[in-house]
Amino acid sequence: MTHTPRILVKGAGVAGMTAAVTLAERGGVVTLYEPGGRVGAGASWMAGGMLAPWCEAESAPPEVTAQSVDSVDWWEAHVPNVVRAGSLVLAPPRDSGEIARFGRRTTHFETVDGAEIARLEPDLAGRFHKGLFFADEGHVDPRRALVALLARLESLGGKAVFSAADAPDDAAFDWIVDCTGLNVRQELPTLRGVRGEMLLLRCPDVVLHRPVRMLHPRIPIYIVPRADHVFMVGATMIESENAGGMTVRSMTELLNAAWVLHPGFAEAEILEMGTGLRPSYPDNMPRVVREGNHVFVNGMYRHGFLLSPARAREAADMIFGNSVGNAG
Amino acid sequence: MTAHFYGVELSSPLMLGTAQYPSPDILRDAVQAAQPGVVTVSLRRESAGERAGQAFWSLIRELGVPVLPNTAGCHTVKEAVTTAHMAREVFGTEWVKLEVIGELDTLQPDVFGLVEAARILSEDGFKVFPYTTEDLVVAERLLAAGCDVLMPWGAPIGSGKGLNNIFGLRALRAHFPDVPLVVDAGIGVPSHAAQALELGYDAVLINTAVAKAGDPAVMARAFRLAVEAGVLACVADPMEERDMAVPSTPVAGKAMLA
Repeated sequence: MTHTPRILVKGAGVAGMTAAVTLAERGGVVTLYEPGGRVGAGASWMAGGMLAPWCEAESAPPEVTAQSVDSVDWWEAHVPNVVRAGSLVLAPPRDSGEIARFGRRTTHFETVDGAEIARLEPDLAGRFHKGLFFADEGHVDPRRALVALLARLESLGGKAVFSAADAPDDAAFDWIVDCTGLNVRQELPTLRGVRGEMLLLRCPDVVLHRPVRMLHPRIPIYIVPRADHVFMVGATMIESENAGGMTVRSMTELLNAAWVLHPGFAEAEILEMGTGLRPSYPDNMPRVVREGNHVFVNGMYRHGFLLSPARAREAADMIFGNSVGNAG
Repeated sequence: MTAHFYGVELSSPLMLGTAQYPSPDILRDAVQAAQPGVVTVSLRRESAGERAGQAFWSLIRELGVPVLPNTAGCHTVKEAVTTAHMAREVFGTEWVKLEVIGELDTLQPDVFGLVEAARILSEDGFKVFPYTTEDLVVAERLLAAGCDVLMPWGAPIGSGKGLNNIFGLRALRAHFPDVPLVVDAGIGVPSHAAQALELGYDAVLINTAVAKAGDPAVMARAFRLAVEAGVLACVADPMEERDMAVPSTPVAGKAMLA
């Protein structure tokens, strides 16, 4: 390559935003294009934002952990409001066997008793007697993080186009990095959507400092604290591409988990019900695929915030070669 | 030697559920390792609407194993009947595993609704595999409603407790020697599956025990071996249990202690 590459990044979800920022940092002239009108028009807007490499090992292959151990560092270096307070894994007494199973499948945690749970989360004092604490994990508010990445992209000289009327012409770019999820099913035929539903609650009566995972044999649910007494409760995993509104069943499951965690959630205000489709490959692992000057970053499944920094790096390595800053 | 289910002989007495696997790839690996006679698949209603579950159902069809759709998660006769119709349309089969859940906490079947739904579906040409308890009278009613197969539970769904009422299951087997019987639900480890087949059951249905194992494909293989052992044991006619030891060498001439 004889000039600074002009790169068009399509899609302003977490895959697109991390790719755009990473490519701009490596010296690319980046244009971001998102016809949805804003950052996070897809599934990323509904994400939990848990940066939990070790918890995810419970059901994800070991690669997820291996590729995301430094994810929280990446986010901390790029956006404000990354919280490094760990994750807490709990179960109602009747499902306490699930804690043992979770512990067998994961590493990098300590087993905590009622007193330690109360020290970590005073509002949960007396409610749970056994749990797992993953001290090195973090979380981020996905919406604020995506907006912050856009600002960062612009500060690096990147341009963002949010209207289909102004759609950039592919021919004007050296590279096209496509991060548009299920929009490219024609090109990536093994992609499928996995439905997820989430709630945003406002609950001044309960204070949590870190994400709490409530284990259940069929319906594991997590609750992530956000600013201003807001909590995200998620998320269902349904093999369906129906992006329609939340079902009563899912709503009941999500609310029930919150209520079991703390009865104070009974008084919470329901701010938002969200549904999204997670773009997923058959192994539920994201991929970076190159075809000519097109690079597809896709299939984030439920690990967008956790794995997208590593995938962005992979895409940048494809475009720039492995040595950082080598655009020549 | 596998029983005929509505005239079809299955290649294995193992029936494997397709829910709750970590990924479709791992599900496929598990199916390859288990070599099941059928796979079951649930049609959650929001998936069925507008064929939104198509991508996943295609993966199921591509497994190359006969599909037994189920009505998991249905709580009323009407829901179960509607779901069965969707299943027939989606998978092009008359077979349906009928679940009508009566109790949210234990997922115990609503046997009254079950009999009613079984009658409606059988009259409509469905081949119904009813998920029931080990109750003999309910079994009679299900057969009268048109079922030619019974699927009593071993223990509540997902509990992994094994065969909770072995006497009841034995009685059912003895009572209906010619009806294909499948232990469905509650099987946690391969020995439970082997035990069901040793009792003379014709098949076992497993889902959580494989899907939620640390390595589903390895556990699937363990179940394949277990059902093979169970079938062979049944064919071989096991010895009778006794309360006293039977010395394998003569005791005559030895000092009798106590």
